[in-house]
Amino acid sequence: MANSTPPLIQVSNLTKHFGGLPALDRVSLTAARGQVTALIGPNGAGKTTLINCLTGVLSPDRGEILFDGRDLSGLPPHEITRLGIARTFQNLRLFPRLSVLDNVLTGLTIQAGSSMLEALLRTPGLRHRERRLRLTALEALDTFGLVDKADLPAGTLPYGDKKRVEMARAFVSNPVLTLLDEPVAGLNSEETGQIAALIRQMRLYGKSMILVEHDMDLVMSVSDHVVVLDGGKRIAAGPPEEVRRNPLVLEAYLGRMSVTA
Amino acid sequence: MSAFRKTWLFTLRHRTGLIVWLLALVLASIPLVLRNPYTLNNLNLIGLYVIAVLGLNLFTGYAGQISLGHAGFFGLGAYGSAVLTATYGWPPWPTMLLVALAVAVVALIIGMPTLRLHGHYLAMATLGFNYVVHIILVQWDEVTGGPSGLSGIPALSVLGLSIDTDMKFYYLVWTFALVALTLCLNLVRSGVGRGLAALAQDEVAAATFGVNVKRDKIRVFVLSACFASVAGSLYAHYFSFVNPDTFSIFKSLDLVIMVVVGGLGSIWGTLFGVSFITMLPHWLEFLETYYDIIHGLILVVILLFLPQGFVTGLADLIRINLARRRLRNAGSRRLEEDMVDAGATRRP
Ligand SMILES: Nc1ncnc2c1ncn2[C@@H]1O[C@H](COP(=O)(O)OP(=O)(O)OP(=O)(O)O)[C@@H](O)[C@H]1O
Ligand SMILES: [Mg+2]
Repeated sequence: MANSTPPLIQVSNLTKHFGGLPALDRVSLTAARGQVTALIGPNGAGKTTLINCLTGVLSPDRGEILFDGRDLSGLPPHEITRLGIARTFQNLRLFPRLSVLDNVLTGLTIQAGSSMLEALLRTPGLRHRERRLRLTALEALDTFGLVDKADLPAGTLPYGDKKRVEMARAFVSNPVLTLLDEPVAGLNSEETGQIAALIRQMRLYGKSMILVEHDMDLVMSVSDHVVVLDGGKRIAAGPPEEVRRNPLVLEAYLGRMSVTA
Repeated sequence: MSAFRKTWLFTLRHRTGLIVWLLALVLASIPLVLRNPYTLNNLNLIGLYVIAVLGLNLFTGYAGQISLGHAGFFGLGAYGSAVLTATYGWPPWPTMLLVALAVAVVALIIGMPTLRLHGHYLAMATLGFNYVVHIILVQWDEVTGGPSGLSGIPALSVLGLSIDTDMKFYYLVWTFALVALTLCLNLVRSGVGRGLAALAQDEVAAATFGVNVKRDKIRVFVLSACFASVAGSLYAHYFSFVNPDTFSIFKSLDLVIMVVVGGLGSIWGTLFGVSFITMLPHWLEFLETYYDIIHGLILVVILLFLPQGFVTGLADLIRINLARRRLRNAGSRRLEEDMVDAGATRRP
């Protein structure tokens, strides 16, 4: 990895305990700009916990997270997203009663503005902005093949569509960094292929991503850099081929569960 | 683009505004047909409650938070205006504004600590608040007139015209109600409104995408309290008499029932919910003793069978079916329509 520019994300000694048990134990890692950094590890390794710390959903006990050189500690989620970080959730967290379009529009909350007075009066400025945002959201839906379902409540969609709404909502704001927590879990191979293609497309557009995944084929085919967690500790990091051959990684996977790939 | 299509797009783009104007037209012509004071009095009462319940629906229906004390804000508005104008001779309109601001501060004081917490703290706190307001209204009789109430509240006047008949008040109160309706419709069609709907369904996801959950809950609580306060002030000037029992916790429950019947989050449904619950006792006069039980039953039945409330429940069904049909028939005409609407051209 070329280290001439500072990494987009630099995590140092991140530690998070739940009731005395460490979910993250002095984890350090970096994610480079414009790359897909995969975060893998067996169930309970702490991957989601790390994503939650990065987005301010959880506050770490110790350690530091620098995003673009800026310390994220103490920032609430709605401030962190302002810096250009978006995410998907492992266990789908769509707004079930909102339409698909409105779900994606919530991904543009910052761009929509937060002035209550302006909203109550529906000023011409707001009206114009809303129209532009709808268009942006519809284009994102188009990219993810969902435009025909724009008006359906998100809760009524099949699982595969919901996964793509999650992706559309994350990417619609054109974020600097997108955190994808198991985007293909539970999808069939065709749907997995579609998501893989979308990730590659976003990578081509120059998007930076952190990808949490159990699907090793996907990880190996789309990521530039792989970080392996096990039991809250970082046990390996490097290019995909190198990590794949790392005996510690093989042991972590084989020792606990049968490898999927 | 054909003239027909242009007109269609214009109608589509401004549909909400056009419907509000249509409603205004209908409302404005009602007194030309129905002139009896009994009907007008009921319509005036409905108008007053619409203002308060619209605010409560934003808070409860859209933002998903429970207030069992909105009659308290309604009462503070009514008594604030009553005491200051009747006893101290303050001018009604500025007083109404001032009282609403004071109520906003009260709502802020109740909301700040309780809205931070999860669970039913707010429901308990607002219930307690309403209880305290009621006790003060009853006990502090040198100011409030005690249990027998306060009379001699002056009528409002607009540009020198005294609003002293049911008919005149009808036009005044429905102007307020339509303005309130428009403000609410505006809010829910904005990013702020989507944020409220989002936080009602999933606070973590909402915050992750930029919704300032605590701040927005407090803001909409304060806004809804102001709506209730203004409705209360208008109430006082209309009846020229106020009495503590109008502002008890039972009235708060009635307001919640109106929201539920109208539908959680349905701005239009509010009109129905308020009308239905206000008229119910008139239709069921022979059941007067069981009035509270009937209200309770309505609440339970609706929450059991249409948890989103009556009108929203039905509207959701229709909305889903329409969207499904569009999905079957129309391909991506929707995207094209929106693109034309936004003045954009389709990407190759
Ligand atoms: N909110 C919480 N409260 C208590 N324990 C938690 C909480 N969240 C996670 N944990 C625990 O922390 C550990 C790490 O969980 P985490 O969800 O980060 O794992 P993961 O690597 O994402 O696993 P998976 O692949 O199954 O999604 C697990 O032992 C889990 O039980
Ligand atoms: Mg996980």
